[in-house]
Amino acid sequence: MSRIAKVLARLKAEKRKALIPYICAGDPTPALTLPLMHGLTASGADIIELGVPFSDPMADGPVIQRASERALKHNVSLKDVIAMVAEFRKTNSETPVVLMGYANPIEHMGMRAFADAAKAAGVDGVLVVDYPPEECEAFAADVKEHGLDPIFLLAPTSTEERIAAVGKVASGYLYYVSLKGVTGSATLDTGEVAKRIPLIKKYADIPIGVGFGIRDAATAKAVAQVADAVVIGSRIIQEIENSKPGQEVDNVKAFMAGIRSAIDSIAA
Amino acid sequence: MKPNELPNDLPNPYNLPDAKGHFGPYGGIFVSETLMHALEELKQMYAKYENDPEFVAEFQRELKHYVGRPSPIYHAKRLSDELGGAQIYLKREDLNHTGAHKVNNTMGQALLAKRMGKPRVIAETGAGQHGVATATMAARFGLECVVYMGSEDIKRQSANVYRMKLLGASVVPVESGSKTLKDALNEAMRDWVTNVENTFYIIGTVAGPHPYPMMVRDFNSVVGKECLWQMPEHIGRQPDAVLACVGGGSNAMGIFYDYIPHANVRLIGVEAAGSGIASGKHAATLTAGTPGVLHGNRTYLLQDANGQITETHSISAGLDYPGVGPEHAWLKDSGRAEYVAITDDEALEAFHKLCRVEGIIPALESSHAVAQAMKIAPTMPKDKVLLVNLSGRGDKDMHTVAEKSGLKL
Repeated sequence: MSRIAKVLARLKAEKRKALIPYICAGDPTPALTLPLMHGLTASGADIIELGVPFSDPMADGPVIQRASERALKHNVSLKDVIAMVAEFRKTNSETPVVLMGYANPIEHMGMRAFADAAKAAGVDGVLVVDYPPEECEAFAADVKEHGLDPIFLLAPTSTEERIAAVGKVASGYLYYVSLKGVTGSATLDTGEVAKRIPLIKKYADIPIGVGFGIRDAATAKAVAQVADAVVIGSRIIQEIENSKPGQEVDNVKAFMAGIRSAIDSIAA
Repeated sequence: MKPNELPNDLPNPYNLPDAKGHFGPYGGIFVSETLMHALEELKQMYAKYENDPEFVAEFQRELKHYVGRPSPIYHAKRLSDELGGAQIYLKREDLNHTGAHKVNNTMGQALLAKRMGKPRVIAETGAGQHGVATATMAARFGLECVVYMGSEDIKRQSANVYRMKLLGASVVPVESGSKTLKDALNEAMRDWVTNVENTFYIIGTVAGPHPYPMMVRDFNSVVGKECLWQMPEHIGRQPDAVLACVGGGSNAMGIFYDYIPHANVRLIGVEAAGSGIASGKHAATLTAGTPGVLHGNRTYLLQDANGQITETHSISAGLDYPGVGPEHAWLKDSGRAEYVAITDDEALEAFHKLCRVEGIIPALESSHAVAQAMKIAPTMPKDKVLLVNLSGRGDKDMHTVAEKSGLKL
């Protein structure tokens, strides 16, 4: 069982929902990434999605694009990000780390070389935003062969046929993008999300995380009531962005703690 | 026609892309799941209408009466005589309404938007030519129009920004990344993902996810189709080579496409070498790039050692793009087309030459193709024929050229 599956199975047994925060590696500086990762786990993260900066993050909104740009000012590369995970693993062997990014840096490194390096560093899953299942059969197979989970997105506009196709290749968890638009968009209709989840469950026997548009304790709680995991990204990046230098980790931890207790409040 | 001489890698008859939008290893649909539905819908609607007699008839009627097609082919005799070699013929896309080939594609996509019941169209633009062409169609058909343009480009191309506004479009400045064309494309994609129900995204070149490279090529292939019957009227046969500039590659695909099966006609794509390939300041993707994934397709890209997309340079904003249409990538690898690069200085020289010798002011983009023709014509016998796609007129480039000559308008 993969580290991701193990964590999600334990939470399920405990009747708790997972909290999956996203940060962009190298934002605002490479030196802060490890302290932020440890801060996230200390404040309730069950899995960390670590963004790989890319020059053209087409599926992300302005907040995550700015994070990417800040990281790229420090020339943070895919190799650097993998090295950060290896460093993180020296003191944390429990929290799964999912790399989230775009296809080009991976293809440039070489798919196999990437899978080898990611596995060796202790990466657990890979979410390539611009790799739909039909364009990454070889890559998904490579990743699985290395014991890594290929994580895929589903959208409100995904047809039943596509849900079935995605369900076949995905492992670890599925990431349901809760609204149309890009990361960091404004509103979230949890009623709509609740309606879609049973259909997805029909085709994929893995946990479902919901993200895009989760901004505060109330939206996180609403999502936790219907999904297995709450994914939160842009809002954390904003905490980092709005922090005075030196206070990033504390501010992120405080924000995360609020989300964590909101999610846990539904179990009672 | 000698179809048996096509490169072995190309299907015969040529029928690319395949159902998934692949040209050999290139093309495809590399987008987030959030866009898949919109692309599927577009693919289905295009399949429904591309051969629909009413749609085709309306497209052709509009091209004739609104755009002014067919565009003539002109024998640049004084230029050819001066060079003393092969005869140079110009396909006059500069004479189209709005001044460039861009209008062929935007007309096709606007008609499709209308059929699909989308009241709003969006577009990305670099120099503003595609933005102007899209705004023109939106005005012509009564559609709301939003154009995304990098804030750097807005500064450089104020006249085109004003044109778009005159035509009723809103121009949204894009402040992210390098603040140029590629960032405008990212932003337009984001708008589309968010507003897909009422919005049609009119992409301006043969790049992006399937079906765009195919659809844009098809709409623009009217250029090559006309050449196929026009050239025999001039010389009783097809030309020996067809030349076109390549940024994203839509004017080149437009004129190349119907010539692909004519295996004895050389296809020559001309990229922007900017300050020279060795300087690193250029936009010659096929000449100096490597394959990768950007903007929804796999193709040649200009990228750094970490797979980040690099900034490009060309005197002509329309060629200033770090990717290229996937069909060009495959035509290059298969050997069916050749790709070369022309520097800013060579393009400027060709620009001035065509002005003085033929009384035609070409776009700086098209000047790259003219420059390549001027380079090879003297090496060829006088009975050989080069057909150059004069993809646009140079009115938009007055400020750039004047500045280069040390003048202020």
